[in-house]
Amino acid sequence: MTAAARPIVLGPLALRRHQVSGLAYIAIAALIAVAFGAGASADSVSTFDLNARSVEIKLPLVVLPTAATAYALALACAFIGAAQLARGFGARRGLVLGLVALVTVSAFLVWAASDRSMNLVGVLGASLQRATPFTFAALSGVLCERAGVVNIAIEGMLLTGAFTAAVAGSLLGPWGGVLAAIAVGGLLGAVLAVLAIRYGVDQIIAGMVINVFATGITAFLSARVLTDVPSLNAPERFAPIALPVLSDIPVAGPILFENNVFVYALFGLIALLHVALFHTRWGLRVRAVGEHPRAADTVGINVLGTRYRNVILGGMVAGLGGAFLILGSTGRFDRDMTAGRGFIGLAAMIFGAWTPIGSFLASLVFGFADSLQARLAILNVPIPSELLLMVPYLVTILVVAGLVGRARAPAADGRPYEKE
Amino acid sequence: MTNDGRASEVDRAPEAGAGQPPEAGQPAGPGEPAGAAARSLSGRLAGLAGSLVIPILAIFSGLVIGAFVIVLSDLKVVGLWTSDPGAAFAASVRDVANAYGALFAGSLGDPGKIVAAISSGDPEQMTRALRPISESLLSATPLIFTGLSVGLGFRSGLFNIGAEGQLYVGALFAVVAGFSFAGLPPVIHIPVAIAFGFLGGALWGFVPGLLKARTGAHEVIVTIMLNYVAYRFIDLALKNAPVQREGATNPISKFVLDSAAVPFIIPGLRVTWWFVIALVAAAVISWLLFKSTKGFEFRAVGLNPHAARYAGMNIALTTVLTMVIAGGLAGLAGASVMLVPQGKLTPGFSPGYGFDAIALALLGKSRPAGIVAAAILFGVLRAGATPMQAATAIPIDLVVVVQALVIMFIAAPALVRGIYRLRLPKGAQAEVFSKGWGS
Repeated sequence: MTAAARPIVLGPLALRRHQVSGLAYIAIAALIAVAFGAGASADSVSTFDLNARSVEIKLPLVVLPTAATAYALALACAFIGAAQLARGFGARRGLVLGLVALVTVSAFLVWAASDRSMNLVGVLGASLQRATPFTFAALSGVLCERAGVVNIAIEGMLLTGAFTAAVAGSLLGPWGGVLAAIAVGGLLGAVLAVLAIRYGVDQIIAGMVINVFATGITAFLSARVLTDVPSLNAPERFAPIALPVLSDIPVAGPILFENNVFVYALFGLIALLHVALFHTRWGLRVRAVGEHPRAADTVGINVLGTRYRNVILGGMVAGLGGAFLILGSTGRFDRDMTAGRGFIGLAAMIFGAWTPIGSFLASLVFGFADSLQARLAILNVPIPSELLLMVPYLVTILVVAGLVGRARAPAADGRPYEKE
Repeated sequence: MTNDGRASEVDRAPEAGAGQPPEAGQPAGPGEPAGAAARSLSGRLAGLAGSLVIPILAIFSGLVIGAFVIVLSDLKVVGLWTSDPGAAFAASVRDVANAYGALFAGSLGDPGKIVAAISSGDPEQMTRALRPISESLLSATPLIFTGLSVGLGFRSGLFNIGAEGQLYVGALFAVVAGFSFAGLPPVIHIPVAIAFGFLGGALWGFVPGLLKARTGAHEVIVTIMLNYVAYRFIDLALKNAPVQREGATNPISKFVLDSAAVPFIIPGLRVTWWFVIALVAAAVISWLLFKSTKGFEFRAVGLNPHAARYAGMNIALTTVLTMVIAGGLAGLAGASVMLVPQGKLTPGFSPGYGFDAIALALLGKSRPAGIVAAAILFGVLRAGATPMQAATAIPIDLVVVVQALVIMFIAAPALVRGIYRLRLPKGAQAEVFSKGWGS
């Protein structure tokens, strides 16, 4: 041991954590004022359109003076920061953090929409669409990891589910595609479970194996079979269904209740999983297996059986997510079409603290960033879209590092369990 | 992972190498008394042979299943199975033989031709005969670096899934250094550009290392996320000055200057001196891990962090240092693709070198020599895939499938033993480096 081996100190962290956050919020406020307030010309206005294209009764456009609105938002943010610095918000700091994020995003939107008209309903509707595969992926992760099995194979399960949905959907119709994708997802889940539980393969390596295999086999088959027989890659898609009454609610209606069957299934699944995990005996057992398998075993819970079941269920959910990509979205399979969505789902699961509702909200945030970058590119806003695309990943790093909030994984997550 | 780690300095007992079971008894614990080394030579060879059984069977099984994938995905043959099984069987065998024949001919060449060419002494003929091997070594070069990166991480108990991102950032740094600094002589420009490549990767490895050491953030999550940040960052850099080539509308960098390009070993063949640099890197990492004090600390932390801490080792520093070196090695992989004649950066230049690295580290048991061997094997598969596709229309992605299967069989030796009815060698322990997200 030499003198160089001293512990690494990350700046003078003598401040209390809540004070650090307070200072950060004030810094954000200053940033908003400088970048979005002072950065806008004095007489420009931002216009927001709250009407979906399909709606007949139009709401009036919301027109805001850009600079003034940005300054007001900066002031609000500074106020929150000052309160945080003075005394902290204790248990409600997550809410406060969300509020700061909301203020920041609003200021950004106001600035981005200066002298332009932005259709907010369009952006939010697209956010939900883009959040859907993330959420399916994240729910798959929740199912597996709550039972103590790390699933980084979600990406591969999505991809394989998508491929299966394309082929089976072309042969058997969309519902056949959905069922086949779920079945194949479940099969991959079973492979992960057998490798991780039966053969004791490191769960991360087992997941990587499935990801690599899925990338290879889907690319191989689509090059070898689908290019020769294009009719195998032309499934019928599910059309959006507008729910009566609900879809007539202004603003929220077209966003939430004019979607295809996958999105409604997603809503149902989130509710079901939330109730099942936190309000049923099954959920208590699953969580016990994920937190303290030895104790769970002692009271007679079948630890390995629970893990098998949950990983297979998780695979099925991921397969359904893959089916959405084809039958609810693009309508045809392309190689590597998941493009990291499974990993964003993993990120959303972590950001959402391993809960179904949290995962959904986190997915919405990531979906919003995704749809915003697409919209900004159309509006010619001088912000590189790549920076917005980095948001999910950067947020996740901040979350796992505990720099904003602190998500805690199930205690036995990733640890193999052996009966004594 | 293995118990050879203990054979070097902790365990100086004379029987260290001799009485060990094949699975665990690996060659050459440095620091062993010389007499013991001589006595146990035959035992060691047996041990080496034993430790090769699983990898060889894994590769064999991967190729066999790959053959089934070829056969089952041929729609014409699939239809034949019901009407004329004999013809279908013949067609299947022919398919597979053609595919694998083209693969190995494209990556190893024809031994007869090589001998004939060398004896003829005609340089042009020699170049042509050696081209397949050159292509294999070319493909193996970045794999050696990334395999070392992941293997080093495994040794100190870290799972570096971020080699791919580190490779891209290293490539960006290297290519920028390669097209800047015009006027430098090659003897200065090449090392400077290589150092930049190392630095870029090291930077991308430093972040997860620091976060792990300071906050306990799991390196797997952080490195996965940083991979995607790196991809976007590369996209961004390649679409803007100064990295984007003048006049280009697609994302592509400027060419590196000739003064920064590591030359070809033999003119006419695409393998460069980078292959030699990779071998040197493997030797350096081998020295670092098995002969140096730091490396001993790396391995001690990897085997048992609690014991290492108790012995006074600095876990945080070891973690950061491991990730910095691992990142730097992956960065060198990127540099090895960039700093060649006419080298340039494009968004998808790596066909997953950083992910293959996990397989390589497993195949090579995280030993540098093993990783080099595994990388050459994967280089052969990769280099042969393109000629295979050209000759037989079987997509190159077959190789990815085979690789995935190989990783699976290597990672689950019990699976291989089950298939081939092998007995578990006495005293061998399960190779587990599982860790939870939280730890």
